[in-house]
Amino acid sequence: MLMIKRLALAISAAALAVSIGAAHAQDALKLTIASEGAYPPFNNLTSDGKLEGFDIDIGNALCAEMKAECTWVSQDWDGMIPALQAGKFDAIIASMSITPERLEKVDFSKKYYNTPPAIAVPKDSDVKDITPESLKGKTLGVQGSTSHSNYAEAKYSGSEIKMYPTSDEYKLDIANGRIDAVMDDVVVLGQWLDSDAGSCCKLLGTITPDPAIHGPGAGVTVKKGNTALADKFTAAIAAIRANGKYKEINDKYFKIDVYGGEG
Amino acid sequence: MTDSFLNARPSTIVRPPAPPKKWTRGRVGGHFLVGLWATLLIGLVVYLYSAWNIELIQKYGPSYLEGLKTTIGLVSSSILLGALISVPVALGRMSKNRIASAIAYAYVYFFRGTPLIAQVFLFYYGLGSFRPQLEAVGLWTFFREAWYCALLAFSLNTAAYQAEILRGAVRSVPLGQWEGAASLGISKVVTFWKVILPQALIVALRPYGNEIILMIKGSAIVALITVYDLMGYTRLAYSRTFDFQAYLWAAIIYLILVEILRHIWDWLERRLTRHLIR
Repeated sequence: MLMIKRLALAISAAALAVSIGAAHAQDALKLTIASEGAYPPFNNLTSDGKLEGFDIDIGNALCAEMKAECTWVSQDWDGMIPALQAGKFDAIIASMSITPERLEKVDFSKKYYNTPPAIAVPKDSDVKDITPESLKGKTLGVQGSTSHSNYAEAKYSGSEIKMYPTSDEYKLDIANGRIDAVMDDVVVLGQWLDSDAGSCCKLLGTITPDPAIHGPGAGVTVKKGNTALADKFTAAIAAIRANGKYKEINDKYFKIDVYGGEG
Repeated sequence: MTDSFLNARPSTIVRPPAPPKKWTRGRVGGHFLVGLWATLLIGLVVYLYSAWNIELIQKYGPSYLEGLKTTIGLVSSSILLGALISVPVALGRMSKNRIASAIAYAYVYFFRGTPLIAQVFLFYYGLGSFRPQLEAVGLWTFFREAWYCALLAFSLNTAAYQAEILRGAVRSVPLGQWEGAASLGISKVVTFWKVILPQALIVALRPYGNEIILMIKGSAIVALITVYDLMGYTRLAYSRTFDFQAYLWAAIIYLILVEILRHIWDWLERRLTRHLIR
């Protein structure tokens, strides 16, 4: 009996050694990447619960460039950074803006796109333009815990700011007529306004991004101190920009180049 | 003789020595658990002391207070409104009339059988999509406001639970009380108010307390429909700082709230049951 046990132990130890050796030999980078899944067209869930969208395609292209094996998980927006810090996944590709306050807690690659924020209002709205003065006393809906909600709170203090868990809810509420305007990324609003669900509303105008609040754009988020991975992503972004893969994905979703200016 | 016999009694009473306290398994386990809890508590205090961040408290303290006000306002109004609604529902549940009893049963069945968050969403987003119809009957101004939607959902939900508490308590009073009152020629209504209800409320008191505590904690979901209560502001503070202290403070505030309520309930029970103390 004891013999058998020893033998089994020896075999399993040998198997372990082999598998470690194999992992070293391949040296494949295995990454788990999180996205939100409620921010179309950048990321959303298909009817069978899989992630899709611009963020996901870009992420897959980056993984291919880095020769990494990537698996995707969807994660609630509010818990995104805490879960990254807790090591539940290695990176976030979820249109997360590189903001100063996030940089205190996590690290980012360089941006992979940068589009300006915008405001949409119902078609029969009497709001003339996007200035805080015109929206004074109006109710402005935003997704909570985003650079847009921070910007709304900082600049549109004359308006009543309502914060929603995801972009889906503010879209419902402006269609129902509970709020007078919504603020979000111009591409996100644009796609919704083109759809049937967005037929209630129109784009009022785009806002010039405030670098102190919006940052330089959306980047790949990694755990604080994991600059090696962030640099790999930055290099991969530059590579897919250069080899045309980025343009291919970009054109699949948008009419304009969402990358924005160099910088 | 008898005098001296009485005086002969020793002035101190000699008792048999206490049996030696053995270190039974239960006792060892108890000491261990108390030690564990004490360590956790000390750990918490030490953590809060080391993580003390006056900037954080100055920045988010006022919003926590604002959220606490919303929580207390919403819970107390819905509990009171729910208590009002629960009376007819409880009467319906106890009624011999088949239709009234069936309606009350269906109401309680629905509100106890579905999650509170689903009810809140139904009232807020569900009814929100019937705007033209609601406008036609002049109810839109009510359903437009998230706070009123939350109030309505919470009141109807708690009314279902409170109706069951009330019904159970009234049923717990022996039938003999009804019969006794009837034999004295007291009308049913007076019997209910003066004989049955005072006895039933003693039974109902603790479950009522539980229900309020459950509502306080259950109300933490209203931030999902843009009513920023204590939990809503906590999540906001957390999403800005990523410091889990934010949740710790919220937990402490909720604990204090529940603890205050517990003491009020202890006092109420002592007051209501003082005739039962021998």
